[in-house]
Amino acid sequence: MGSQGGFGQSKEFLDLIKSIGEARSKAEEDRIVIREIETLKRRISEPDIPKRKMKEYIIRLLYVEMLGHDASFGYIHAVKMTHDDNLPSKRTGYLAVTLFLNDDHDLIILIVNTIQKDLKSDNYLVVCAALNAVCRLINDETIPAVLPLVVDLLSHSKEAVRKKAVMALHSFHRKSPSSVSHLISNFRKRLCDNDPGVMGATLCPLFDLVNADPTPYKDLVVSFVSILKQVAEHRLPKSYDYHQMPAPFVQIKLLKILALLGSGDKLASEHMYTVIGDVIRKGDSSSNIGNAILYESIRCVSSIYPNAKLLEAAADVIAKFLKSDSHNLKYMGIDALGRLIKLSPLIAEQHQLAVIDCLEDPDDTLKRKTFELLYKMTKSSNVEVIVDRMIDYMISISDDHYKTYIASRCVELAEQFAPSNHWFIQTMNKVFEHAGDLVNIKVAHNLMRLIAEGFGEDDDTTYSQLRSSAVESYLRIIGEPKLPSVFLQVICWVLGEYGTADGKHSASYITGKLCDMAEAYSNDETVKAYAITALTKIYSFEIAAGRKVDMLSECQSLVEELLASHSTDLQQRAYELQSVIGLDARAVEAILPHDASCEDIEVDKNISFLNDYVQKAIERGAMPYISENERSGMVNMSNFSSQDQQESGQHGLRFEAYEVPKPPVPSKVTPVSLSSVTDLVPVSESLYARETHHITSVGVASDTGSSGLKLKLDGVQKKWGKPTYSSPASSSNSTSQNPVNGVTKVDVATTVNSKVRDSYDSRKQQNEIDPEKQKLAASLFGGSTKPERRTSASSKVSKASAGAADRPQDSKAAIVPNKTSGEKTNQQPPPQDLLDLGEPTVTVAPPTVDPFQQLEGLLDASISSTVSPSVGAVSNAPDIMSLYTGSTSSEQRGAGGYIPVTGDNLNLLSELSSAAAVRGTTGETNAAPLSLSVKGANAKDSLEKDAKVRQMGVTPTSQNPNLFRDLLG
Amino acid sequence: MIRAVLVMNTQGKPRLAKFYEFRPVEKQQEIIRNVFAVLCSRPEHVSNFVDAESFFGPDARLVYKHFATLYFVFIFDGSENELAMLDLIQVFVETLDKCFRNVCELDVVFNYSKMHTILDEIIFGGQVLETSSTEVIKAVEEISKLEAASSSINLVSKSVSSWRSR
Repeated sequence: MGSQGGFGQSKEFLDLIKSIGEARSKAEEDRIVIREIETLKRRISEPDIPKRKMKEYIIRLLYVEMLGHDASFGYIHAVKMTHDDNLPSKRTGYLAVTLFLNDDHDLIILIVNTIQKDLKSDNYLVVCAALNAVCRLINDETIPAVLPLVVDLLSHSKEAVRKKAVMALHSFHRKSPSSVSHLISNFRKRLCDNDPGVMGATLCPLFDLVNADPTPYKDLVVSFVSILKQVAEHRLPKSYDYHQMPAPFVQIKLLKILALLGSGDKLASEHMYTVIGDVIRKGDSSSNIGNAILYESIRCVSSIYPNAKLLEAAADVIAKFLKSDSHNLKYMGIDALGRLIKLSPLIAEQHQLAVIDCLEDPDDTLKRKTFELLYKMTKSSNVEVIVDRMIDYMISISDDHYKTYIASRCVELAEQFAPSNHWFIQTMNKVFEHAGDLVNIKVAHNLMRLIAEGFGEDDDTTYSQLRSSAVESYLRIIGEPKLPSVFLQVICWVLGEYGTADGKHSASYITGKLCDMAEAYSNDETVKAYAITALTKIYSFEIAAGRKVDMLSECQSLVEELLASHSTDLQQRAYELQSVIGLDARAVEAILPHDASCEDIEVDKNISFLNDYVQKAIERGAMPYISENERSGMVNMSNFSSQDQQESGQHGLRFEAYEVPKPPVPSKVTPVSLSSVTDLVPVSESLYARETHHITSVGVASDTGSSGLKLKLDGVQKKWGKPTYSSPASSSNSTSQNPVNGVTKVDVATTVNSKVRDSYDSRKQQNEIDPEKQKLAASLFGGSTKPERRTSASSKVSKASAGAADRPQDSKAAIVPNKTSGEKTNQQPPPQDLLDLGEPTVTVAPPTVDPFQQLEGLLDASISSTVSPSVGAVSNAPDIMSLYTGSTSSEQRGAGGYIPVTGDNLNLLSELSSAAAVRGTTGETNAAPLSLSVKGANAKDSLEKDAKVRQMGVTPTSQNPNLFRDLLG
Repeated sequence: MIRAVLVMNTQGKPRLAKFYEFRPVEKQQEIIRNVFAVLCSRPEHVSNFVDAESFFGPDARLVYKHFATLYFVFIFDGSENELAMLDLIQVFVETLDKCFRNVCELDVVFNYSKMHTILDEIIFGGQVLETSSTEVIKAVEEISKLEAASSSINLVSKSVSSWRSR
């Protein structure tokens, strides 16, 4: 240990550090360090070095290694130092070996013995140094050698040793859980240690254990709660305070453990409510560590079985975080919001502007966190804005890791929520253009399929419009340098299929472009293959249309080059092109009919029509068929072409004529409202009407541009299905044999969407920054941002329900904690709850809902999202915000009018079920866009609600705490 | 758990590097370089948090604090609280400050082993051990005292023996 202040090192060492500090380049630094290594090598092996000198050499070695140079020649000396009886030497030796060696290093064997001896030492500092080494150097093979000694130390008289012994056991547990599985009771025992420090240390291993499996530790909930209570009440000695907070790190660990134990466990959670409430109340938001505890409390609240009061308190804290100037707190606020939003989707709305500020913040970390939040709140009404933002950000960054991540998020959201095909294609273009090499190839295939199958059989104009817009956009993009291969493949395919379809571009123009591409990316064989196939298609379309094919010279040279290609695949394609060109119109028409990429290809896998021929050949002495496995090499080679065939359906040799186009089979149909959508023309209209059917105010709906989406792509099925249904058709979709079924069916006309976008854009341009932000907020949070109007509207609502609302709401609120926390409370109703509360009174009435089932499902938030689909739901995910608000407003009314009946505590059963339904509804909203569908699923329910809302004739409102505070004092 | 503690100066030179899981020297250097690249690209007055997944593996977060010419960096996983880690850096720096009276980069460089002693009293095996800087200083001082005692005993015995032999 260097003495304080004065550095206590030799002049040599000081000079070394100085010269390294002054080194102007990495090379110079390296030279100095290498010279130092030479010196050390020489010196360190000299005999009879004084201990003090030796210690310094070892430190110099550490220093050298920290600078990235190899110091392994000195390891053995470090090991030797651990054997030294002199305390400073021993400690330095231990320090060096923990920094130098891995736990499977050969030299460890030489240390284990020393460690064993030192763990038994009378000097507690020696024991501590050894324990330190134990944590780092002992692996699962050597654990048995020291385990009994470490366990003995658990009852050492010094608390510092006990603490470290607990942590050493923890490190054993991390490395090899089985080695200490019989000792877990020791952790429980140490939880009751007299010394709070040891207790605190015990929380670390317990956290890991609970994290692995909470069930065996449920009995500790009460203990943890009481510890947390005592800590929060300042019962610990003052020395454990940190910035006036009592043992904050212990509190944080406890909250983390409670969060795990209470997750999905109502009973356990009920024990926690009071203490968490206390912690939040006592939370000191002026200090950093106070905020750390508050944040941890929110995490805990969002993880355990939800409690309305705590959620409200958490929302308040989040508001504080977001309003803060500190980026750190904003970051925590956004993170907490993302956690809470699953439980109470409405809270995000209050913070719209704060969220948008964070999105535009120069801080990358904050921005990414905010994207994370937006990702969680995405629905079809705001997907355009969010994905646009994401893409902009994706383009701006250079970090590949995150780029891949955000690109896949964009694709996921676009596939899941795309309001229209047109938008989807545009979005995919952007993603491909900027991160094409980073996204999954499957995405590209989906895109091609979408362009091909786009709109099903209806609305030919938009159909071709879509394609020509795709062609146009690709022709524009082609010029850009260095496009990703995947994207080029898509471009080639689309140009080949539809490049000449609308007659705007001549065949020679398109083929010229294709040849340019093949030339520009001449090392990319896949692109070349796509290009040559595209050429084949264009020429055959030309021939079929009766026009004379005039092959450009560059095409010719390309074909000639490929005819001699090393790749058999390319060669075959080139030969096919040649032979197709030689055919007459009728034959070509049969081989490559125009616009038939989506048709079924019936493949006679047995090639039975050749049986006769084969038979004859064998009779004549030909070799019999060799099975595919034996020709694996060949298979690999033909893989690509067969894949292509599935995708394009256009590839050369086909032996049967195309079938008459079949209408795409709607593979997923919503049980209630959307079942007949595909039969209706024009679809967008009907769909729209159907959606707004649930929506009280058409204005809101059109404002946010909710258009249902039926984008359904192979490979996306799971994501699609996740919240709502498990589509039976999805499996058949993904089989590549039957492209038609797997192909998209989209029911939304682009026009609707583009109109929406237009209006959004124009609005955006008109306004200055602040209103612009508000618009953005509106588009993100899916509703109008006019809080004032909302206030008045909702106050109208509640006034309508007048005095009745006042008292019953009170009593109603008392019910919630009754059911959820089991405490008799008479607090003011939290506003959120009020909104939710109306729901049960409405839903309880028709006995179609089984509240207990819902209750069960809600024990676990994740389960709840799987329960809701089973209710039979819709995936059209319309503007959920307006819908939700729509229903809440009706709920409000329901609450006002209905509560007096169920509100008093006469009928316990109905109360129970209503409480269950409260949970039910909040739970369902967890599933974000699908909450509506749950409501919608119950036809009676939704009709009733709808009617009520219509009666009211008001714009639905969302949560409005002020109002209720006003009302209730 | 805490996975690594790094102290580096604003030129990217490491001043202290402690990895609580073994990393080969080259990997350590790579991490130090990456961390520095991220840190020096961050504008002022932004949050102290950085996502470290791209260079430190899944679920890695990074909290840093900038003092004069030094960056103090803690890398940890999801079982720790970011704000709390920020305070732990504060504890570390406060302790250094008390030990060295107005700590500066030179103190950090020249007292390499003492830095480790202090850090070992705060973080043990990747877990937070002690958060009170007074306690840490107490422990460190006790260690210094005992070490000094053991060295002086050696010195005395040596001088005595040399005196005797004379």
